[in-house]
Amino acid sequence: MEHHHLNLVHNIPFFSIFFAMFCGIITPLIKNGRVARYVHGTMVAIVGVLSAVLLVNVVQNGEAFTFMMGHFPAPWGNELRIGPLEALLAVLISVVMFLTITAGSEQLFKEIVPEKQNFYFIMLNATFGAMLAMTYTNDLFTAYVFIEILTIASCTLILARGTKQAIVGTTHYLVFGCVGSGLFLLGVCILYGITGHLLFPQIKETIAMLMTTGEFHFPLMFVVTLMFVGLGIKSALFPFHSALPTAYGSTMTTSNGILSGLVLKAYIILAIKLCLEVFTLETLVELKIADIMFVLGVLGMVMGSVYAVHEGRMKRMLAYSSVAQIGYIFMGIGLGSVAGMIATIFHVFAHAATKSMLFICCGSFIEDADGKEQLENLKGAAHRNPLAGIAFTVGALSMIGVPLFAGFISKLYFAIAAIEMTGMRMVLVLGALAISMILNAMYFLPSVIAIWSKPKDEFKKTQISPLFAVAMVLFIVVNFVLGIGYRPIVEVMEMGIELMQMVL
Amino acid sequence: MSENKSFWAKLKSWIDGDEVIINADEYISTRERKDKVIGENMLGEKHAPAEKLRANSTLYRVLSVGITVCFIVVMLGVVMDLPMFGDPGSITNNEVAARYLEKGIEETGAINFVAGMILDYRAFDTFGESNVLFMAVVAVLMLLQRDKKNVSAVEDKEMAEDEVFDGQDSKIILQKGAKVLAPIVILYGIYVVLNGHLSPGGGFSGGSIIGAGLILFSAANGHKKMQTFFTVKTLTKISVACLLTYCGCKSYSFFTGANHVGWEIPKGTPGDLLSSGFILPLNICVGLVVACTMYGFYALFTKGEI
Repeated sequence: MEHHHLNLVHNIPFFSIFFAMFCGIITPLIKNGRVARYVHGTMVAIVGVLSAVLLVNVVQNGEAFTFMMGHFPAPWGNELRIGPLEALLAVLISVVMFLTITAGSEQLFKEIVPEKQNFYFIMLNATFGAMLAMTYTNDLFTAYVFIEILTIASCTLILARGTKQAIVGTTHYLVFGCVGSGLFLLGVCILYGITGHLLFPQIKETIAMLMTTGEFHFPLMFVVTLMFVGLGIKSALFPFHSALPTAYGSTMTTSNGILSGLVLKAYIILAIKLCLEVFTLETLVELKIADIMFVLGVLGMVMGSVYAVHEGRMKRMLAYSSVAQIGYIFMGIGLGSVAGMIATIFHVFAHAATKSMLFICCGSFIEDADGKEQLENLKGAAHRNPLAGIAFTVGALSMIGVPLFAGFISKLYFAIAAIEMTGMRMVLVLGALAISMILNAMYFLPSVIAIWSKPKDEFKKTQISPLFAVAMVLFIVVNFVLGIGYRPIVEVMEMGIELMQMVL
Repeated sequence: MSENKSFWAKLKSWIDGDEVIINADEYISTRERKDKVIGENMLGEKHAPAEKLRANSTLYRVLSVGITVCFIVVMLGVVMDLPMFGDPGSITNNEVAARYLEKGIEETGAINFVAGMILDYRAFDTFGESNVLFMAVVAVLMLLQRDKKNVSAVEDKEMAEDEVFDGQDSKIILQKGAKVLAPIVILYGIYVVLNGHLSPGGGFSGGSIIGAGLILFSAANGHKKMQTFFTVKTLTKISVACLLTYCGCKSYSFFTGANHVGWEIPKGTPGDLLSSGFILPLNICVGLVVACTMYGFYALFTKGEI
């Protein structure tokens, strides 16, 4: 299925990555933070529209294609690989990025000193470019290089506030990030040592051969463990989550939204790509690594919510809720089936769209309460800013898993995937889903009630900026689109997974 | 408090990474006693993190040693299983390495295979790597560059003292040595960069040599003198220009390569200085970015400004 005749649409992934990096490179020359924001916003919007065009194109043709980065074909040169799923993920990343920055960027200009504002946008552009590259790459080492960029950029996003808490939070995040990248790199090295390839299709072929001959069984098992544990640490899988609340509690709203909504997901996207395009689900099940991910995922689902129930500060509560949602995602991968994979990918979408919105709302409540983030100080916050209140309620209902909202659909698909399983696994998944939904309700409902309850004293309505209003409405719309019009999205995912499992 | 319970409490707080105080009652009682002795609340507060660390230190030690030993044992086991280095029958000696070695000169024009590999066959990765360096400098600028949030009286005093020392003629050996060495080091760095496609070396190694030369110059002649020709603006301009050149060159070759447009850059005669297409300009770009990064780190970590 080699496509020698590329048309212009096939150049979109390459263009998107380079355009994002290009904007990152020229942003130091822009001294004004607001201009830098417009450059960033325009870039993300253009990439989003182009990705949508690409998505329509690949879905209509039902195709996946590779894009040679240079004059040398695989396995000698770098390569991108684009199918329906990759294009859909690029659209998701662009939409969430655009809405988060549009809604939350006013806070940036208050918090960051003016001469450093453009640095923040350099990092946002780099984050965006790196996430696109990790989505599109067909090469293990390219993936690692962009993990590095993403690690540095995400630490700087936390650091940007410049407060002591932010520096402590960054340090926690950096330590975990470095351990994760280190383990992943070690995995890449050993994998190269036993397969001699860095491109996904060739590694897949060699691993299939190694699995039949039984050669290098132990190193292979170790490699898979290292890589998935590395990615697990980077995406805050339980019990490697402890950097998350400190880091998220200390930083700005937009950074929270981007980091929790997208950056954690970028590592998960890479893990999903590895599952489908390199190691295959059967190998993961055979090497028992799927079981490890399953157990950690189930533990994360429950423990993340338990921590969140005990947490009184809203941002940290949302951070623990992210830990629980990452648990769902890894549990889905650990099921080792295509149905589990679809549920996982849908949850990536649902969580990215919902959590960014929740963080933006939470940030605006805290700003209205003069920086106090204890739940009792946020009482009546929704009366001050009704739009954020509505959006927060939508987000909370979606996270709990109420029908019509995005979060319900992913839980439905998790349940469907569980019923395909037999014995213990089915019981565990359904049990964990039930417990986790109850726990989700236990911490989300009180916060919703708190923000809608009557405030104690006089209050004045917050001035809502038009950009914030538009972005919030769009966030709510996205949530409903995922929750009601999910069928076509799932079909694209199914098509994408099928194409990813085939060797091009 | 029973031994067993405190272990679980420790384990829980270790997993949490939270500000949980182990043995809270004991801690409060000791803190109160200290307060009585010193009579100052601030000091008691200050000791809290250290106290917490001490309570957990045995656990940390045991766990860190345990994890490290496990990791070493498993890694040794893996290394035992890996294919022998240099074994001709090994699975890793495949068509990839063969083509790099056999056709490398013909296809990239570079005699140094490594340069051909990182700047032509796998130039996308190297583009990412140069961006990593740039991102790192920007991150450090964000953290350390002095601004109104990031200044303190103590730091200002230290800076002023440093300047006085810089002004005095007390580093005669360093200054005389640097006067001779710095130009040679920088020239050698330039040589390594320019010959990156012909001999071992290239942008990354040459750039760090140039950076070392700059650091030597700055250490000997003081920050003020360095700022007469190298400020944060110079660094930004050089890095941006180099990365844009890299971005432009490689966009061109990725676009033409993937779409099979042709229009390849002439390779020249292998062995000439002006040969091997884009590799020479890319090496220069990478070299300059690396040099700026090295010096930028040094200046920011010592002075808080470039």
